[in-house]
Amino acid sequence: MLDETAFDLRKYLRRNSASVTVWVALIALIVFGLLRYDNFGSAYNFSSFLNYNAMFIAIALGMCFVIMTGGIDLSVGSVAAFTSVVAAYLSPYGIQVALPGAILAGIGFGAINAFCIIILRIPPFIATLATMLAAKGGALVISGAQTISVDWGSNFTKLGMGQVMGLFPWAIVIVAGLTLVLWLVLERTTIGRTVLAIGGSEDASNLMGLKVNRAKAFVYLLSGGCAGLAGLFLASGFGAGQPLEGIGWELSAIASVVVGGTLLTGGMGSIPATVAGALLLGLVFNVLNFENGQGTISFSAYWQMVIRGGFLFAVILLQSRIIARQQKVLGS
Amino acid sequence: MDRAMKLPRRFASMPIRFHGGIAALIVLLVFNAFFTPNFLQLQTLFVNISQVATIAIVAMGMTLVIATGGIDLSVGAVMALAGALAPLIFLSDLGVANPAFGVALAIILPLIIAGLCGVFNGVMVAVLNVQPIIATLILFISGRGIAQVLTNGNLQTFSNPSFSYLGTGKILGLPFQGWLALVIACILFWVISRTTWGRYLLAIGGNERAAYLSGGPVKRVKIGAYVICAVLAGLAGLIVVAINSASDAARNGNLMELDAIAAAVVGGALLQGGRAPIFGAILGAVIIQLVKYTLLANGVEDEVALIAKAVIIILAVWMQQYRRA
Amino acid sequence: MNALVSMSGIEKSFAGVPALSQASLEITPGEVHALIGQNGAGKSTMIKVLTGVYRRDGGDVVVSGTQSNIATPREAQESGIATIYQELNLVPLRSVTENVIMGYEPKRLGLFLDWREGNRRTREVLARFGIDIDVTEPLGNFSTAIQQLVAIARAVSLDAKLVIMDEPTSSLDASEVEVLFGVVRELKKQGVSVLYVSHFLDELFQICDRVTTMRDGRTVSTRKVQETTKLEMIADMLGRNKDEIAADGMTDFAGAKAKKGDVLLRAENVTTGPRLTHFDLTLHRGEIVGLGGLLGSGRTEAARALFGVDEANGGEIELHNVLGQPSGPGDAISKQIGFLTEDRKAEGIVPEMSVRENLTLALLPKLARRGQIDFAREREIVEAFISDLGIKIAHMDQPIRELSGGNQQKVLLGRWLATQPDILILDEPTRGVDVGAKREIQSFIRSYVENGFGVILISSEFEELVEGADRIVVMHEGRSVKELTNPGITENILVNALAHHEEGTGSWTAQ
Repeated sequence: MLDETAFDLRKYLRRNSASVTVWVALIALIVFGLLRYDNFGSAYNFSSFLNYNAMFIAIALGMCFVIMTGGIDLSVGSVAAFTSVVAAYLSPYGIQVALPGAILAGIGFGAINAFCIIILRIPPFIATLATMLAAKGGALVISGAQTISVDWGSNFTKLGMGQVMGLFPWAIVIVAGLTLVLWLVLERTTIGRTVLAIGGSEDASNLMGLKVNRAKAFVYLLSGGCAGLAGLFLASGFGAGQPLEGIGWELSAIASVVVGGTLLTGGMGSIPATVAGALLLGLVFNVLNFENGQGTISFSAYWQMVIRGGFLFAVILLQSRIIARQQKVLGS
Repeated sequence: MDRAMKLPRRFASMPIRFHGGIAALIVLLVFNAFFTPNFLQLQTLFVNISQVATIAIVAMGMTLVIATGGIDLSVGAVMALAGALAPLIFLSDLGVANPAFGVALAIILPLIIAGLCGVFNGVMVAVLNVQPIIATLILFISGRGIAQVLTNGNLQTFSNPSFSYLGTGKILGLPFQGWLALVIACILFWVISRTTWGRYLLAIGGNERAAYLSGGPVKRVKIGAYVICAVLAGLAGLIVVAINSASDAARNGNLMELDAIAAAVVGGALLQGGRAPIFGAILGAVIIQLVKYTLLANGVEDEVALIAKAVIIILAVWMQQYRRA
Repeated sequence: MNALVSMSGIEKSFAGVPALSQASLEITPGEVHALIGQNGAGKSTMIKVLTGVYRRDGGDVVVSGTQSNIATPREAQESGIATIYQELNLVPLRSVTENVIMGYEPKRLGLFLDWREGNRRTREVLARFGIDIDVTEPLGNFSTAIQQLVAIARAVSLDAKLVIMDEPTSSLDASEVEVLFGVVRELKKQGVSVLYVSHFLDELFQICDRVTTMRDGRTVSTRKVQETTKLEMIADMLGRNKDEIAADGMTDFAGAKAKKGDVLLRAENVTTGPRLTHFDLTLHRGEIVGLGGLLGSGRTEAARALFGVDEANGGEIELHNVLGQPSGPGDAISKQIGFLTEDRKAEGIVPEMSVRENLTLALLPKLARRGQIDFAREREIVEAFISDLGIKIAHMDQPIRELSGGNQQKVLLGRWLATQPDILILDEPTRGVDVGAKREIQSFIRSYVENGFGVILISSEFEELVEGADRIVVMHEGRSVKELTNPGITENILVNALAHHEEGTGSWTAQ
């Protein structure tokens, strides 16, 4: 892909087998849906599906960067709940205030994570578990444990409910933009490549003289910011700040990232495939809904979690084989 | 054996953080004695014991897993699963027809299922070499999902005094689950200090290569730790259901993994492994419960208690890392 | 010629134990300079002082004529010193190009990486070494040799004036070594100096100009390779007189008079991988068989194969006349084998555990009654070993990490003696212990054998082998090549066997 010599499809497929698989699965599922359900391809389904999943994609993007360094961020769900309340409070001042406000609040939690992990040297999962608690508590405190209704008078709800050109929801336009930027950051900037190098081997990255701590701080701030954005979408899409939301979001995000072929041990990952992973997970539930609607099966919403776990299990099994093979190659 | 002579030495070689935990406990008790209304009443003790017991039971299992250098995030989900199964069993036709058999089955079967969850976690970690956080994440997600699927997300209420004894019974005036936690602690303490399995557990956490090269059954012991942890989580799930006379798959054991990890770490378990302070886990559970209680009783909201818990976890782990560095 | 790097009077000690004292090293521009010495002679400490990993306690380091105060690996890189470590400091998951350019990557608009230019540069620098590979492929997909060359390419692309190679050929096969040598010659042609650390003395004659030998933290000689012999190098490394060795004096201080008993173990043509390709050994009751050879000759790998740690993919192992390799350490122990490993810290002690618990770790299955440890017996056994082995501790419940190296080693020796193995494999049993403990450990080994057990002794100290072993199996390049029998072995004979074997096979790269 980066080579200037002629494009070699075989080589591309071999090197990106994980992300190719997720794209193929995604397309296959879309085709299946189109053929089987009448309204599956409707503009309404299309746009509401994307709109609903925008926040999950945003979180998965941040999580992808964290996981590529070999870390993990379990706080994203609670942080999103927190920022949804922040956004709801700021909604009377309009998007121009609520957007930066929510994102900054998310980055604030990211900064706490970064501080605990880099300076205090606390393992990422413990640090982010603690932040998850703190953000949850914080969200309940500032909201008084109530959902906070947004101001319908300002332009705030446009973000979650309005559309660009009558088709694309604002949320999805923003997420698409974010995806492009982060893709560029990963593939074309020093910090992006440093993130991958750290995940591949933190010791080697240090010996190469790379700025390891800066890149680690970056990923946790980014993940916090993405969670902030998701909280914003949540508030404006549902018309309220919801302090009790966000449970299990971190797991959806991790599942999306892993389904997208990113190695849990870090060092390898893809931004577009992560988005595809998130879409695939969302689409599975969309299809289940349609199937329920046709009355052929009756899947309760609770299957969601089971299926998500099953997905993760399958992918981890696959990955553990890849990792074992790699270790064999490296002879370690 | 000269047990009398050995005891002081054993205390002397106890880690300082254990004493630190006791100091924290004393501070909390003294503070409450002075500032919290009605603190020095039996009723307060009962309330706290019945709360502590579930945390402590899960935390003891977590301590074993942490002793191998692992972690188990799925305990809360396993609680929900076991808790959802029990009423399903004794409310079934079979359970109604044979009440005694139904209740026995409603306790044993969920524990077996919980044990299978532990086998799953253990095999993922010990055989497939998946990192413990990720391996246990799978059941963390789907375990609760399965519980909700089983109950269709409904709150199952029931009235079954013999089952409820698990959570509401009293022996010598103290809650049954408090005694249960104490018995489990004694058994686990015995297992860790007196059996080869316990010795191997600590050796694996302390230096896995050395344990393997000395002939230690590394995989078996690791899987065993996850199984015990899951069974204890299942038991805690049953207790919670018994206390409430209702099973709510969505809430049973929610965030319990955090309480358990915090209790284990505050109790002196090293995240790197190699140490399994069982009574430390109980001490940790008591401290966490007391912090929660102190805040609540003094008018601080439940939500702020969450933040306090977060701070305790960070502090405890940081002090560990700091000491080792 | 002015020196590129000149180190003199270097002092460095760790926790009061001197690792370097009055060590010196001088490298001229465009020179390939070898650094040799036994394990623990101070080679790697010397390198780490030069590259800023360690801070020296005393002495001068002059780089390109100016006093150097390099304090971090990055500063070393910036002053033109690049190190290729034994464990590669690269990221196998990332592409070759990334591994070469990261940290110094070409950019467009000052922000975006220019992959086209990066790939071009990488290909160019690799082409200088005659390597043509797909640079966008993950590094881990290539052989260790290529990975090593990429590490060198990174060094060269950073305009290194000195490339330090630590044991570069230890995991390469013959043809790969040739490619590496080509690269070293190419570097030399371009005026880049190379500091070459190796245990394979033959190699030095092919590519090095001068050789500095270290022993016990001191620099003992610097010679021109053309004007020296392998015998001379080995003599320097061991601190022996070359003429003495050559004269092959039969001083006979090896007083071994073992009565051979039944065959305990027979290994024939055992293979586990590139590092152990052909291993033969027979061990009888009542004898100590030594494994002699330089580092990397396959001694430890042989021990690991016998203990069932590395699976054998060829050959036969027969224990007590029953064919079959142990399936793992647990199985090996139940078949009466013990294995005292070389790396005390990583593979031996459980630091948080007490002396008692460490000592009985391998004995646990025999100490248990229905899974429960018999504490009375445990204390009895531990007490007996503490007094027999003369382990100096406050009490048996003291954590092992608080003990000195010698006492830790005695505890670990006790761990294996307690299981009363028929076959006890000892890998460097006296490394890093003081002289007193060393004597004691050696005498336990002897008395153990006299009770009718068998010992396989691995040691880098030839004196220990010669005096301790009844027979010595000489190993070279993963093969057992010769067997010497006591009485009659002298250090000189052993050294000669090693050296002559090396000379005898000629250049092993030509195989």
